[in-house]
Amino acid sequence: MTAALSIRQLTKTYANGLQALKGIDLEVAEGDFFALLGPNGAGKSTTIGIITSLVNKTSGQVAIFGHDLDRELTAAKSQLGLVPQEFNFNVFEPVVEIVANQGGYYGIERKLAYERAEQYLKQLGLWEKRHSPARNLSGGMKRRLMIARALVHRPRLLILDEPTAGVDIEIRHSMWEFLKTINRQGTTIILTTHYLEEAENLCRNIAIIDEGRVIENTGMKQLLHQLQMETFVLDLARPLASLPDIPGHVLRRVDDTTLEADISRGTSVNRLFADLTARDIQVLSMRNKTNRLEKLFMYLVDNDRQAGVRP
Amino acid sequence: MNARQKFVAFKTIVFREILRFSRIWIQTILPPVITTALYFVIFGTLIGSQIGDMDGVRYMDYIVPGLIMMAVITNSYANVVSSFYGSKFQHNIEEMLVSPMPNYVILLGFISGGVARGMAVGLAVTLVSLLFSNLQIHHLAVIISVVMLTSVLFALAGFINGIYANSFDDISIIPTFVLTPLIYLGGIFYSISMLPEFWQKVSLINPILYMVNAFRYGFLGISDINLLASYAIILGFVAGLFGFSLHLLNKGKGIRS
Ligand SMILES: Nc1ncnc2c1ncn2[C@@H]1O[C@H](COP(=O)(O)OP(=O)(O)OP(=O)(O)O)[C@@H](O)[C@H]1O
Ligand SMILES: [Mg+2]
Repeated sequence: MTAALSIRQLTKTYANGLQALKGIDLEVAEGDFFALLGPNGAGKSTTIGIITSLVNKTSGQVAIFGHDLDRELTAAKSQLGLVPQEFNFNVFEPVVEIVANQGGYYGIERKLAYERAEQYLKQLGLWEKRHSPARNLSGGMKRRLMIARALVHRPRLLILDEPTAGVDIEIRHSMWEFLKTINRQGTTIILTTHYLEEAENLCRNIAIIDEGRVIENTGMKQLLHQLQMETFVLDLARPLASLPDIPGHVLRRVDDTTLEADISRGTSVNRLFADLTARDIQVLSMRNKTNRLEKLFMYLVDNDRQAGVRP
Repeated sequence: MNARQKFVAFKTIVFREILRFSRIWIQTILPPVITTALYFVIFGTLIGSQIGDMDGVRYMDYIVPGLIMMAVITNSYANVVSSFYGSKFQHNIEEMLVSPMPNYVILLGFISGGVARGMAVGLAVTLVSLLFSNLQIHHLAVIISVVMLTSVLFALAGFINGIYANSFDDISIIPTFVLTPLIYLGGIFYSISMLPEFWQKVSLINPILYMVNAFRYGFLGISDINLLASYAIILGFVAGLFGFSLHLLNKGKGIRS
């Protein structure tokens, strides 16, 4: 099967001499939900800019469903939908026209383009706003407008550059559901985000880039497996005066009624509960502390940077 | 993209452009109509009555074609430069750049938008002029072809200005310091035969002179210069500017980093 996206030795040096990409290799399979992660300035948007031909590459190859950007640009472009990081619509234009016109640019007849615009604006909860000029939308609505616009020509590969930045929790969850649905229906999705729980929740495969290089490229499960330790937060029924010393467990007292426990991978949680019960410590509830991916991410980026200057 | 899809993409840009300038007609259509009406009143009626005839026609009738042409030129130019620069400024040009439509379709779309506004304003100004003069038609085909080609030419010029522009100042510099002087010295208000020989020669460097005179010929049947020379010059500019615009678009000048 041809990959949805294949990138070989991609480099980019901007006109001011800044080397934003230093040789990126990436492969995204058809049907995948792929996370492209990395700290600010890592080169995510630059990579996406090149894929969507908004930025000129310096060297390397990019192919979309086997269509090389240098040789079959038109074929490559028609498979792609882009939700960019920055708002890039005419703020004076009404919402429905922004979406329908985008269809027009892809050669979709006006009538069909308006039908599709209606479909996606309804699915994304923007239909009531269809006649408003885009500047009257809230930040979260503008993000959803860009998703509707990116879908109007039914792309096989959808690239979203921080689509949930500034979106409230409720809408974010509905956006997740929406993206999961279109992914299940066959659209390959590449997503960048700084909310790592989002990547963990949605994506099956992941690449982390830092300073213009891919420093990790693997399956989400495999990556999370690298974690040796998981931290759980325990809410207690009664206040604890002091930290209980239980051999074989690493515990920390957060406050009177909260404990944190580090549990190594492979260890059963039952033992911890048994030990706690034996000491008459009752646990009301337990949850996973922070995001696991977040920890790994910090670790990988730090490690990479400490590895020093590489050729 | 097949031909049909390209045509849909082209139509989309043109409709969008027409809608854009129609939505803001108070800024786009009305001002040139008012300005030209003032020219008619002041130069045609008040001052014109003192001047008498020019090249054997009533002064009012003499200036009408030039004033229509002036409105067409400035509006074709203004529409494309502000729309293209605006879409660079708001980044919505990217909507077109990510799509599979070829660059020449983008170019033709913007140019047609500029021509649409040029024609809309030209028509409005012509209607106003009917209140002041009795416009005759000497050669309709000449009128239509010259006004269309001129409109295309200045739409292209506006496009190039839009590509190079990096600020809102940049989109008014050329119209103010280049276009306006050339228009005023392009024989709208006078026949160059009134000028000393040296200045007649200098005037011939101004391409707008050829357009105004060819256009006036269409109405009045009089011209300071040869009609064929006018067509040749206009067509030459259109071809040159089109090629240059397309080259800039293909290179991604001002739109791709
Ligand atoms: N047009 C440009 N000209 C010069 N340098 C640029 C340009 N665009 C981006 N850069 C630089 O390229 C590097 C990578 O930027 P990029 O936008 O790709 O990062 P990113 O991973 O998307 O970051 P973020 O998470 O903040 O969006 C940065 O150092 C940035 O300053
Ligand atoms: Mg970015």
